[in-house]
Amino acid sequence: MKKIIYAAMLAAPFLTAAVAAAEGEYRAKAIAMIKKDFKPRGQASLDRLAEDGVQAICNRSGNKPEAENAKFFEADQLAAVKYPADGKLMGDWKKGEKLAQSGRGFTWRDNPGLPVGGNCYNCHQISPKEVAFGTIGPTLYQFGKLRGNTPDMQKYVYSKIYNAKAYNLCSEMPRFGRIEALAPEQIKDLVALLLDPESPVNK
Amino acid sequence: MKSRNIIGALGALALAGAGWAQTEIDHAKADAEFAKFRAEMEDSNPAELFEMKGEELWKAKRGPHNVSLAESCDLGLGVGKLEGAYVQMPRYFKDADAVMDAERRIVWCMTEKQGFKFDDIAKKPFASGNYTPDITSLVTYVAGHSRDKKFAVNLKDPKVREIYEIGKEVANFRAGPYDFSCNTCHGVDDKRIRMQNLPNLSKPEGAKKGVLGWPGYRMTGGVMLTHQWRMNDCFRQQRFPEPKYASDTVTALLTYMTANANGILYKGPGIKR
Repeated sequence: MKKIIYAAMLAAPFLTAAVAAAEGEYRAKAIAMIKKDFKPRGQASLDRLAEDGVQAICNRSGNKPEAENAKFFEADQLAAVKYPADGKLMGDWKKGEKLAQSGRGFTWRDNPGLPVGGNCYNCHQISPKEVAFGTIGPTLYQFGKLRGNTPDMQKYVYSKIYNAKAYNLCSEMPRFGRIEALAPEQIKDLVALLLDPESPVNK
Repeated sequence: MKSRNIIGALGALALAGAGWAQTEIDHAKADAEFAKFRAEMEDSNPAELFEMKGEELWKAKRGPHNVSLAESCDLGLGVGKLEGAYVQMPRYFKDADAVMDAERRIVWCMTEKQGFKFDDIAKKPFASGNYTPDITSLVTYVAGHSRDKKFAVNLKDPKVREIYEIGKEVANFRAGPYDFSCNTCHGVDDKRIRMQNLPNLSKPEGAKKGVLGWPGYRMTGGVMLTHQWRMNDCFRQQRFPEPKYASDTVTALLTYMTANANGILYKGPGIKR
């Protein structure tokens, strides 16, 4: 059974409708309704309404996938993380702070040619100097001070920002690296913001 | 209509706006200030200007068929009956065989009864710059007739119930580049984006915050915005494409949210930051 599910989710675009019909009539109706009720605008094209495998499994499990399914897909997401060619994972925390402040990008109003923000403060407490922080995600204040900045920790933080779903399949956090919202150099700067001992986060 | 208060109120808007920018860091204080300001504005809400305009539009013979909405449009309580109609929508309309929220129903009357073309209305359906479309003034006028009445979406009607359940699933649906659903922000208690509190729309207390004050006068723009507009802007921030105007999906969300606020007193067209 599980193997069948894995295969099904990898072929999610084909099977989404069938799975939905079996599992939830209203969900299937909602998805059909959404498919007919949107129009493209700016960079926001209609293909954004199609679920990928992770979205499909989270939508069908109330964001609580079975443990084994979660493990399988998390590993799949982690395997696709791309690391910088030079092997260095810590950049410039000052650039990271600037990036963390910006919430721009990807809406139908945003110019697709412009760099996208990290959106970090929208959901997380980070530097103590910024008090206008959101609370959807956990606080990241003193992140490095509490955990150190070993190579393993750097790799974890880089991977988590690159693709939060690699560690928590139905995390609310966007997959910034996977969707190419943030380039590896930018992710390195965010790693530094969280782990560099000189970053205000760890003072 | 207390027009004498409106000039003063508009002046106060600018001052209050500047005040908030400074106190943004003190979240609780800013919220309290806005609540106080809103209370002070209750007797002289600039939304009343749009209610007046809406009244003219409602009563005037218009469109290719040269009929008024007052003599042709049934908002669920009988042709031309306005008292309490807004708080009982969305509701099922047999003549259209659809569940419709107030804005969608008025658009339906404009096309079916007055003969306007839907595409013309849908071209620029929401306020922008200093332009507020006629449909928004009409919604504001209709909403004004439900002031101090309780929300009462009829979930006993199976057609409404079905749209409510679909709306709940629309709110759950994650997609797009950021994997966001409505519930990413509005599905749990006590969360915020930056300093902005996020109401949990699945519960009465949160749904109340989601429905009160619409249609609302936009402080910074001097225009009026409807609840339909708010859904449109949420989808923008969700990084979705744009919902078609007056579509089933938007009605479904409004049905879900408004029914979750059933029993709560509607205070009439309001003021939004």
